[in-house]
Amino acid sequence: MTDVLVCIKRVPDLGGEIRLTADSMSVDDSSLGHTVSPHEDCAVELAIQTAKDTDGQATVLTLGTSDAVEQLRTALALGCTGAVLIEADPVSYGPADVAAAIAEVVRAHEAAGTSYDLVLLGNDASDTGDFQVGIRLSYLLDRPVVTGVSTLSVDGGSVIARGGSPDGGTEIFEVPLPAVLTVMEGGVEPRYPSIPGRMKAKKITIDQVTSGLEPAGSGRIRLKLPEAQPNEVTILGEGPEAAKAVVDVIEKLGVLK
Amino acid sequence: MTGQVFVLVEADEQGAIEVSLETLTFARSLGGELHAVVIGSSPSGLLDQLGAYGVEAVHHAEGDAFTSYAPAAWAAALVAAATDASVVTAAGTSRGNEILAHVAVRLGVTMAANVVAVDSTDPLVVSRQVLGGAAMEELPLADPVAVFTVAGHACEAQPTPAASSPTVAPIDLTVSADDLRARVVRTEPGEPDESGSLKSARVVVGAGRGAGSADGFKDLLELADLLDGALGVSRVVTSLGWRPHHEQVGQTGSRVTPDLYLACGISGAIQHWAGMSSSKTIIAINNDADAPMVTKAHYAVIGDMHEIVPAINDELRRRRSA
Repeated sequence: MTDVLVCIKRVPDLGGEIRLTADSMSVDDSSLGHTVSPHEDCAVELAIQTAKDTDGQATVLTLGTSDAVEQLRTALALGCTGAVLIEADPVSYGPADVAAAIAEVVRAHEAAGTSYDLVLLGNDASDTGDFQVGIRLSYLLDRPVVTGVSTLSVDGGSVIARGGSPDGGTEIFEVPLPAVLTVMEGGVEPRYPSIPGRMKAKKITIDQVTSGLEPAGSGRIRLKLPEAQPNEVTILGEGPEAAKAVVDVIEKLGVLK
Repeated sequence: MTGQVFVLVEADEQGAIEVSLETLTFARSLGGELHAVVIGSSPSGLLDQLGAYGVEAVHHAEGDAFTSYAPAAWAAALVAAATDASVVTAAGTSRGNEILAHVAVRLGVTMAANVVAVDSTDPLVVSRQVLGGAAMEELPLADPVAVFTVAGHACEAQPTPAASSPTVAPIDLTVSADDLRARVVRTEPGEPDESGSLKSARVVVGAGRGAGSADGFKDLLELADLLDGALGVSRVVTSLGWRPHHEQVGQTGSRVTPDLYLACGISGAIQHWAGMSSSKTIIAINNDADAPMVTKAHYAVIGDMHEIVPAINDELRRRRSA
């Protein structure tokens, strides 16, 4: 029986262009939908699979405003059976603050006599790209941590985690439970929510908690966009008749073997 | 900036990897005394290479604890070597970001991932990639030790005209059992990549939703073959199961920098753009003249890729046999 806590983050679903807020401190998401990163989609999938394979539970957690309930409900519809919302303004939280707030929840859970044997996170958030929340959390909980995990299997008191190696192969870690793993997209195919799943998710009570910590913040001074490169696209033509012009360009570039 | 600047260098059989050489170049530009940390086996010639990049001292950790990768142990070695450092840095690779996060926790400091520029040195303020490289964040690094990784292509790897002969010293530490809890127990070689080596290809044929189905890639693979290039796809293609994940280009896939990127039926969402925007020349083929990929490309053809790509293949074959 493996109880899994999977941590996600509500982020704007960016299209082809980014706009910043007037103070340049964040992305203007007023006209955007929201989602979680592909890494976290895979982390949720692995959490649900692991819970199912071991007769355990998968609980989803996020730190955010009440808007993030949308992302928690989606994870519940997929098969998570519990959800925790740490109510906070994520903009005022740096990566160390987020790790500390998650650690509080894990410890409170332990104090109640149960344990999240596995804590899964995305390898890096698609907005802030800090690459460190999982590692910071592992130190706070004194647990081993493996990053960049694409698949995992629980085997007795340990977890076998597989991920990519720098030479394009696969590295296999075997670490004792309880452990922290950060997940990278590519090892599993995230499932889609079913209608019955969505109905069931609506009935699950979300555990809303507040953090007792005073966040130190990320230190961000501001965001900036790369200077818009004035671009004059050369239209080579329409339809298959443009093929000659395309090959002319390719020849000119000197990339033909 | 004065003081000691420490760079974790990643190496393969050929020597330091390119991004580590870029990081050495970036670190050298900070001023200060340049130190390199090498962990595990060290290829022959690495010392000369590090000297050519201005490294004055090399710190080397080897032994049983370092025969297979254990991120916490590597971080412990880096911390043990860098006792007098004012900067500790590494390339923004999976390893670099992972180990430097461990280092930052151990030193009780901030870690900035994927830095591309130093905006000021006193106080130290850096710009780092966020949103997959589509935007930058200005971040102060005010701790006594600045810990950050350097994004790939933040600068070009340049040896220094004032090459040095670095001293070499072993790193003296006993790795704790806790730091070996997470350690590689086994490795497996990579699967043969049927679409060619994407990351090093000079030409990448990109394909998106416009491919239409899993059966829509025959002409694209032929085009990649005719151009001696590789097939790269957008995330929607892999999440629909049309092509394998290792072909994915973008924020959560490969970053590619080919001489030519031929974007076929790709709208050009930020996440995909993050993975291929450094391509030297971009040709977009799309039926939507207003798609971001078309407006940002150097050249574009408007129309149905399923008609245009075969016509390009025919033309390439015709010129080859002429």
